[in-house]
Amino acid sequence: MTDATRRRHGRGHGGEQLTVPPAEFRSYYGRPILKAPVWKRDIAGYLFSGGLAAGGALIGAGAQLTGRPALRRVGRWTALGGTVGSAYLLVHDLGRPERFHHMLRVAKLTSPMSVGTWILTVFGPVAGVAAIAELGPRLPQHGVLGLARRLAPSVGDVAGLAAAATAPALATYTGVLLADTAVPAWHDAYPYLPFVFGGSALAAAAGVGLIAAPAAETVPLRRLAVAGAAIKLVGGHRMERLRITGEPYRHGHSGRLVRAGNVLLGVGAVAALLSRRSRALSVLAGAALVASSVATRFGIFEAGTVSARDPRYTVVPQRERLAEHGPTVADGRL
Amino acid sequence: MPHANALYGPLDPASDAGYGDAPPRMGFFTDTSVCIGCKACEVACKEWNGVPESGLDLLGMSYDNTGALTANSWRHVAFVEQPRSVGRETPAFEGYPDGPAVSPATAAVGARTSTDTGTDPGLPPGSPVAAARMSGGPEFLGMPGGQPPGRGTGVEQRSDFRWLMMSDVCKHCTHAACLDVCPTGSLFRTEFGTVVVQEDICNGCGYCISACPYGVIDQRKDDGRAWKCTLCYDRLGAGMTPACAQACPTESIQYGPLDELRERAAARVETLQERGVPEARLYGHDPNDGVGGDGAFFLLLDEPEVYGLPPDPVVTTRDLPAMWKHAGLAALTMAAATAVAFLGRRP
Repeated sequence: MTDATRRRHGRGHGGEQLTVPPAEFRSYYGRPILKAPVWKRDIAGYLFSGGLAAGGALIGAGAQLTGRPALRRVGRWTALGGTVGSAYLLVHDLGRPERFHHMLRVAKLTSPMSVGTWILTVFGPVAGVAAIAELGPRLPQHGVLGLARRLAPSVGDVAGLAAAATAPALATYTGVLLADTAVPAWHDAYPYLPFVFGGSALAAAAGVGLIAAPAAETVPLRRLAVAGAAIKLVGGHRMERLRITGEPYRHGHSGRLVRAGNVLLGVGAVAALLSRRSRALSVLAGAALVASSVATRFGIFEAGTVSARDPRYTVVPQRERLAEHGPTVADGRL
Repeated sequence: MPHANALYGPLDPASDAGYGDAPPRMGFFTDTSVCIGCKACEVACKEWNGVPESGLDLLGMSYDNTGALTANSWRHVAFVEQPRSVGRETPAFEGYPDGPAVSPATAAVGARTSTDTGTDPGLPPGSPVAAARMSGGPEFLGMPGGQPPGRGTGVEQRSDFRWLMMSDVCKHCTHAACLDVCPTGSLFRTEFGTVVVQEDICNGCGYCISACPYGVIDQRKDDGRAWKCTLCYDRLGAGMTPACAQACPTESIQYGPLDELRERAAARVETLQERGVPEARLYGHDPNDGVGGDGAFFLLLDEPEVYGLPPDPVVTTRDLPAMWKHAGLAALTMAAATAVAFLGRRP
């Protein structure tokens, strides 16, 4: 028997080894053990706007490569709008907003926020350049600005592809951002959160495209909305099924938001498929997809806060783990 | 090349952080069996570190009017009243007017109180239902009261009780999630193996607060930054003892090289168990536990959650490689979905 397995099986003190998880946990005056996230709604908003920006960049690049100029413009402007919103929300949420640039002192793989900062630092400027390049045709034909006008399409294309290359990382790292915490509902959902966020991002950006792009160019968006919805709903279903720590995804206000997100997503995806000939239905489908993404992000955000505030979600799963496996041990290499 | 145990498992944190010739790892051993609840540690910490006031209110949680570790309380003395005796079932108060519990409702009232600690999330109210059963039995003594418990009721209604006191503090984990997730490098590992926030770097992003498995670090509302125990880094550098340990009158808080403290603690548990306190146990001493062992560990007389500690904490970054893998897969899925949507045949 290795040291580790011996530890796992023989916990000496007190003889209080439980075989059945305690229905009623013990606590210190019922107070939370964890500190609930101090992130304000800004961060829930950012989860949405960052995803929207990423989805917009992907759509912009897809439209660029398949010759759909109007959809390309919508995609690129969505990416820029989402980025500007994200940057504002992220800085605004800081306790010391004037020190936001301290994020750029280091690059740390162990800090998803640091990784995200650098993803945004790459994505933001290229997404911006791609969108602004769309203004090229409005410049005068001659002089320095004329040169800019002639260069704009190629610069925009390169920047658009660069933005699309970073976009999937931007949309999915936020799953790690939330999961890499002690917050029970977020941490335990780590295999599913990146899929939920990635799928939701595609659906939301497709929704904006359905609202803003001409009907002739929206065929890929309808497929993308369905694909995004499928990715999100499969990941989300498994996340909501987490036994104890998944409760806040099913119950209470946070549970209602998550459910509303699912329903809107289903409705939006079906409407997107059926609305090929109806402009009004397309807009409705797009609005449902965007609203679904907002509800999903706020629901997941709130579920995490709920799970951190109630000591039950900290104590009961850890007690169950102890009852099943004994104390968590690493194998004793130093 | 990072150490194989850089995220999880036993590790010497100072040398892992790059200190070539680090002094021995220093820490606290808090022996709650000799804590008398005087709160000298809380006061000494505030005075030495210039920690702001954290609310002056009676919380109805026995003599605990601090409530929790916050950005404005870096030591917190917990008080737990239980209708059971310490160690062997020797009726400690035989013949004295100690006595019946007031009611579980008293504890429930304590759970609802709060005070403005000047920090966020500070001291949010707890769950009254959970509080009502915190003593592990149906009874709760409801201290403090105007009189000793049981005075005025009959002898037959009197019960035994014990009072648990414990001075809580930042654990200075071997694998400190707060430090790992800090995006500015404000949190750093000292040469003594402790974890300290640099106040001139912190930009108040709040990530450390959600990451801590013990709920230690917290944000000051008026200045927006995160604050916690530094294990008196400034005193350590000068070869001095941290303020709380210096002030502790019963040596409940012991400061020293962690190896030495672990030996001392193991001997203390053995002594207590021999003398008839079978419930004595160590918490956070094991370098093989979910956080690689705590730099500040404890001797407890009941389950950790009774003191407001997580029973089996695991550092969140243990799973970080798996998290990045899932995010990578999700990113590829997104890219593939977009490609398929655009490459599909035009109707």
